[in-house]
Amino acid sequence: MEMMHIKHEAEERHVLTVTVDNEAGILAKIAGLFTARGYNIDSLTVADITENHAVSRITIVTHGPPSQIDQIHAQLERLVPVHKVVDLTEAGPFVQRELALIKVAGAGEKRVEALRIADVFRAKPVDTTTESFIFELTGAPDKIDTFVAIMRELGLVEVGRTGVVGMIRGTKEA
Amino acid sequence: MSEERSGANILVESLVKQGVEFVFGYPGGAVLPIYDALFGDERLRHILVRHEAGAAHAAEGYARSTGKPGVVLVTSGPGATNAVTGIADAFLDSIPLVVITGQVPTALIGSDAFQEADTVGISRHCTKHNYLVKDPADLAAVVDEAFQIATTGRPGPVLIDIPKDVQIAMATWHDGPAQRRQRYAPRTRGEIEEIEDAVAMIAAARAPVFYTGGGVINSGPQATALLRELQAKTGAPVTSTLMGLGAFPADSRDWLGMLGMHGTYEANMAMNQSDLIICVGARFDDRVTGRLDAFAPNSKKIHIDIDRSSINKTVRVDLPIIGDCAQVLEQILEVWGDRKPQDLTAWKDRIDTWRQKKSLSFPDNRDAIMPQLAIQRLFALTKPMDPIISTEVGQHQMWAAQHFHFFSPNKWLTSGGLGTMGYGLPAAIGAQLGNPNSLVIDIAGDASIQMNIQELGTATQYRLPVKVFILNNEWMGMVRQWQELTYESRYSNSYSDSLPDFVKLAEAYGWKGIRIENESELDAGIQAMIDYPGPVIVDCLVAKESNCFPMIPSGASHTEMILYGDTVAGTMDDEAKALV
Ligand SMILES: Cc1cc2nc3c(=O)[nH]c(=O)nc-3n(C[C@H](O)[C@H](O)[C@H](O)COP(=O)(O)OP(=O)(O)OC[C@H]3O[C@@H](n4cnc5c(N)ncnc54)[C@H](O)[C@@H]3O)c2cc1C
Ligand SMILES: Cc1ncc(C[n+]2csc(CCOP(=O)(O)OP(=O)(O)O)c2C)c(N)n1
Repeated sequence: MEMMHIKHEAEERHVLTVTVDNEAGILAKIAGLFTARGYNIDSLTVADITENHAVSRITIVTHGPPSQIDQIHAQLERLVPVHKVVDLTEAGPFVQRELALIKVAGAGEKRVEALRIADVFRAKPVDTTTESFIFELTGAPDKIDTFVAIMRELGLVEVGRTGVVGMIRGTKEA
Repeated sequence: MSEERSGANILVESLVKQGVEFVFGYPGGAVLPIYDALFGDERLRHILVRHEAGAAHAAEGYARSTGKPGVVLVTSGPGATNAVTGIADAFLDSIPLVVITGQVPTALIGSDAFQEADTVGISRHCTKHNYLVKDPADLAAVVDEAFQIATTGRPGPVLIDIPKDVQIAMATWHDGPAQRRQRYAPRTRGEIEEIEDAVAMIAAARAPVFYTGGGVINSGPQATALLRELQAKTGAPVTSTLMGLGAFPADSRDWLGMLGMHGTYEANMAMNQSDLIICVGARFDDRVTGRLDAFAPNSKKIHIDIDRSSINKTVRVDLPIIGDCAQVLEQILEVWGDRKPQDLTAWKDRIDTWRQKKSLSFPDNRDAIMPQLAIQRLFALTKPMDPIISTEVGQHQMWAAQHFHFFSPNKWLTSGGLGTMGYGLPAAIGAQLGNPNSLVIDIAGDASIQMNIQELGTATQYRLPVKVFILNNEWMGMVRQWQELTYESRYSNSYSDSLPDFVKLAEAYGWKGIRIENESELDAGIQAMIDYPGPVIVDCLVAKESNCFPMIPSGASHTEMILYGDTVAGTMDDEAKALV
């Protein structure tokens, strides 16, 4: 008799923007939808984008098999306070940016090297002591990943990241 | 006209404005202001249940049998949590409910106050939408939107949580239509290109089949009429899910019976061998598809569904049409015009050979009443009354689906998606209230009926002549059957021990009790039940260890169906066991 093992499917990363009514509990609804249906959230950002604070834009980075990504799209659209869902990854070329604060401590060679590499990445020191820096870095997530990986060897203390916001290139609105 | 009114008063006025006839509820501290506003108000009839789950299921039964939304009113904390099973049931079966829950006063929310529960949090994923109302001035608009959301698009339960202070505080009430923005507008019509493609696919098909579901019932009686019209024009045979029974008449020569796990051989074979499946308001549930990679491998699929998330959820389809069943069927009929279908004689001949299997047959039994026979007799004797049937969950439910036959929609009330034991009795009560002149029968099992047995009192109080027909096999039969088939008959905790005397129980509640022990008493017992003007429990003792066949074991394909008399393996591999 055959024993059972859990199987895994090939997965894709997608960036979705969701325009929602800015009402109480909306974030819990969206985040909860992901947990309730077993979807992944890699990052989630939210802020209101209208003058009267009535509408928020949520950017969600997720990964999963293509059929699941399609379901996520449909399930989000089904929520009453959701106006619009755009899968930026499907919609065409898009810009994605994330902001990170990276604290690095060290002295001597390593400190100099950290500063030099920060310059290459256009990371800005926003706090400096004799033993440490906090760098501010904006960019696509993989750029930040690379920077953090290098800093790990040069005295990384902590990292804070905002999560991704994204937008379609050109005149089209998401 | 506009005037100052309390939140509770505004709520009641808003319900009246929606045309609500019945409120199924149970009082408690956090809804006392609403109960006070209801006091003496003749416009709404409050039905006092015996448990809040009963309120939600009764509202479901009312909704499914009338096509109108069911309304529930319960208190905070335990009142709300008790109702959750019924709300979740309505969510999975797409039943329109508006559920009003009391909440602790706004200032106490989050303080672990007496009878506080995070009702909005708890119900978030089993409602179509929910609200916490913090200002009585919002109530009229919220109630108005709640009814729209519950009843349009894919129907479902909507919950409104109202803190006690909001029920008492005053706000301005306007007589006219509620002022609110319109943000919910589900798509109801298909695109013309989709409709043309559908017509071309149907016209070209040599082995088409309609696979219809609960969405046809949700869509309303017009959808049923249009389905029958399109079927007559195209000649394609029809099968239905458990939830869609009644949309197509069971006496039609093109009716295949229910499909799926306990569906007929001809329905499942027709799905498997078809070249075109026209899915109308069904959602490719796992009870229906069986093993996904073997599901209808050579067919093209059209899927008409109002909910985009039902499309491509489990089965990829060739032509999705997002829209309401009635509207899309009407569009298809328009484009179809007087086209002629392909000659389907060969296809129907093949179907006839599958029919020859007589997959619903069952062995004779001299010693005990076969449960299938009991259903057949119940059907035969009640057919002239065109009854409404509700069920509990288990073998009896499947036997009812197989052996009771339906000819029109809204006559069949069953818990399909959640499979909630205890649904049938309260659902029958709700249906009886909505259809006072109908014969309403709950076909029950001995275990399920005990899950909401307290609702016998509700029927007594409101003098509702509902009938409960128990197929008493002294087992949780469906569980026992799975244990027999997959766990080598190790009957772990599935025996219905210490059963009450159902006849005496009936009498204790002021019902009539009838026991049927032999086949010779069967017809007379059923007739006595029909003839009695009040509520009746029939305790029909049936063969104890009958199994419900045909059956497609979980993880198997439509062609691997177990029929009566097939030898049945006593074990399953772990992959199959892991499926539900
Ligand atoms: C013990 C047990 C055994 C079962 N065995 C079987 C079995 O053998 N066979 C079987 O079929 N089921 C069986 N079921 C039921 C099964 O679990 C599912 O509930 C059922 O198959 C779903 O039916 P459905 O596809 O019609 O969908 P429903 O749950 O009725 O959903 C309706 C679909 O129609 C759509 N819809 C709603 N309104 C509209 C509208 N106005 N216009 C267009 N679309 C609309 C919805 O979006 C949804 O996709 C069993 C249940 C139990 C408890
Ligand atoms: C609330 C709930 N608990 C457990 C189950 C699992 N379950 C499905 S069928 C069944 C047995 C039902 O027994 P009975 O009502 O006697 O009906 P029978 O199968 O014997 O006809 C059980 C326990 C369920 N569906 N619902």
